[in-house]
Amino acid sequence: MTAKDSLHIALAGNPNAGKTTLFNNLTGAHQHVGNYPGVTVEKKEGICTHEGNEIRVVDLPGTYSLTAYSVEELVARDYLVNEQPDVVVNIVDASNLERNLYLSCQFLELGVPLVIALNMIDVAEKRGIRIDTEKLSEFTGVPVVPVIARSGKGVNELLKTVQKVSQTGAAPPRTLIRYGADIDEALKDLIPVLEEHKLLGSAYPASWTALKILENDEQIVAKVMLENMKVGQELVDRSETLARHLQDTIDAYPETVIADHRYGFVRSILRQGEVTRITDQDRLYASDQIDKVVTNRVVGPLLMAAILFGLYSFTFNWSGFLVDWMGMCFAFLGSLAESALPDGPIKSMIISGVIDGVGGVLGFVPIIMFMFFGIALLEDSGYLARVAFMMDRIFHFFGLHGSSVMPFIISGGIAGGCAVPGVMAVRTLRSPKERMATLLTVPFMNCGAKLPVLTLIIAAFFPAHQARYMFLATLVAWLVALLVAKLLRMTLLRGESTPFVMELPPYRVPTLKGLFIHTWERTWQYIKKAGTVILGISILLWAMMTYPGLPSDKVADFEAMRQQVVTSADKAEELLRIDQLEAEAGLRHSIAGRIGMSLEPISHFAGFDWRTNIALVGGFAAKEVIVSTLGTAYSLGEVDPEETTSLTDRLASDKHWNPVAALAFLFFIMFYSPCFVTVVAIAKEAGSWKWAFFSMGFNTVFAFSMAVGIFQLGTVLGLG
Amino acid sequence: MNLRTLQSGQTGIISAVKIGGPLGLRIREMGLVPGTKIRITGRAPLYDPVKLRINGQTLTLRNNEANFIEVRIEEGA
Repeated sequence: MTAKDSLHIALAGNPNAGKTTLFNNLTGAHQHVGNYPGVTVEKKEGICTHEGNEIRVVDLPGTYSLTAYSVEELVARDYLVNEQPDVVVNIVDASNLERNLYLSCQFLELGVPLVIALNMIDVAEKRGIRIDTEKLSEFTGVPVVPVIARSGKGVNELLKTVQKVSQTGAAPPRTLIRYGADIDEALKDLIPVLEEHKLLGSAYPASWTALKILENDEQIVAKVMLENMKVGQELVDRSETLARHLQDTIDAYPETVIADHRYGFVRSILRQGEVTRITDQDRLYASDQIDKVVTNRVVGPLLMAAILFGLYSFTFNWSGFLVDWMGMCFAFLGSLAESALPDGPIKSMIISGVIDGVGGVLGFVPIIMFMFFGIALLEDSGYLARVAFMMDRIFHFFGLHGSSVMPFIISGGIAGGCAVPGVMAVRTLRSPKERMATLLTVPFMNCGAKLPVLTLIIAAFFPAHQARYMFLATLVAWLVALLVAKLLRMTLLRGESTPFVMELPPYRVPTLKGLFIHTWERTWQYIKKAGTVILGISILLWAMMTYPGLPSDKVADFEAMRQQVVTSADKAEELLRIDQLEAEAGLRHSIAGRIGMSLEPISHFAGFDWRTNIALVGGFAAKEVIVSTLGTAYSLGEVDPEETTSLTDRLASDKHWNPVAALAFLFFIMFYSPCFVTVVAIAKEAGSWKWAFFSMGFNTVFAFSMAVGIFQLGTVLGLG
Repeated sequence: MNLRTLQSGQTGIISAVKIGGPLGLRIREMGLVPGTKIRITGRAPLYDPVKLRINGQTLTLRNNEANFIEVRIEEGA
């Protein structure tokens, strides 16, 4: 896609500095989203043309710094070092120079070829800040181009400058920033050693490596140690001497002293006259007024409940017509195949495996699309940060983050969601441990596919209080999910919670273009990445429930039975009855059936017989399949999840079932392994299959223990 | 005076940030460095986290993170 001589630039800057807006403006629709290798950070790339030349643009994750403490920051700096873009365009929010230039300092330290794009100069000017770009350029030693990313003003000039810089190359690194006597002296000791031994010499400037060693940067120290253990240890010793000295004299850590001096450098620039504050009227006045209402103690939570409920109904109700329409399309395709293809295993595979599988993959697309649109709206407008702000107190208690609330709600926190988009919504969380804990617990919510199963069981065994039980099920799901999250954060995902020191961006009216780009790129990623895996597993599950087929003598027996009823009075009914018996025998004979039977010795502790087991195996394909599979297993034919009266009656009168067994079954369904589409989504969001398999195993064991507990206790108490 | 104890609407100047490590750096990189003027603009409905104005931006932090930040109250504020 890229010619060797085409220019390669990287966009870097603070979150909310207008990086994405500039990126969209530069590349338009010519962009694609992927992931950086091994991590779940989105990597956006695009092409733009300037004066007939193609420029490859990479949008680095927004960061405030370049430490080794967050994945985003590691990704950004690794990219700059390993991929060596021709020019790095640092987007700087002119209305918040101090913090933005703090990051610019670190690009200067790294010595990358830099161009500063001074964004939102219009906003800054309204605030009474006038910036002398020439002086700013003089002090930083890099070109500074004023732009307005939203309107595209100045972008041409920016690209011209980028091209110029790419031809001249990076300016030789100058020592711009002083870090105070103690640190400067330590740097003077470290740099010659690094240069002498050529440690990390090819990739990083020695001054930068030295600085990172003093900052006790885990990644860089490890790299140095790997290259030369002995010299590395000397350097670390020197760094520790400095740390002790600073601790003794000024009670501070090297990394914080360095940070303070970077700010000192930034302030000296701002003081030396390139910034004139005429008036400092509060540009956040409007935002503050909105916040007074939106985060008010009383109104805030109510409004939030309304908005989250709105997002929920937008995602699931408004997308309904598209879901139905797609369902109809695939039903039509199915009937087409039904009539066009000759009977046999190929036909069965195409209908039940391929068409249902593709239908399953694409059936989620409208929901995912609507959800991402809704989230983009909340995110781009700045409201999502307020939700995190308001909910953090509660979710932090359970080891999660304020932003966790949204994935929970979408997954079925309001009964009837779906864990697939819920799991994908987890990507709005920036803190790795909280994110993983959220990812692993959202499938506990009562998604729309679990509802018909819950309804069936409740109608059969607790018919008097159906609504109350459904409501209880939602509460129990929340409670269990939050407690398990707490448990995970105390064990497997133990660790300090990620700081909540974050920016509440001012409210903004999102641009339609931005919303559509966000929505489309995320949806497409689902189709492309998850789609293929889901289709494969769908065919596999179909095969498990179909093969091996009944041996020919059994088939002949059923055929003989059919022959016998030819004479019978109610022939049609009898034939149907035989079909259903054959289907039951077939299911029993299949791999899924054998699994179900072989599990009976264990599962009877929870009160599940082999029929239930098969249904639960089928539920891995999609939870609503539990109903239809139960129907087949009880020789009732395939039961429509929407119309379950026959199955309700059958279960209520079966001697294997009683209210205690039903309750154990309810709990098991709510908490056992997520359906495989969710599992695939978890693997994609977690960045590894390890967590996806963990989720299957852990949830199943957890749910089973609960079911056994309920069944045994209930039976002992004689409630059955 | 500790940042945590500040009331909504109060202003002050950061005098010290008494923590290093990831949290200490994070606090600094968001602009909470000594000498910076801050104003508390509000709190979440459950009193935690706190919301404050600094350098023309709004930041949030939890109470237990605010513990590490010392503030000098401005006279007449």
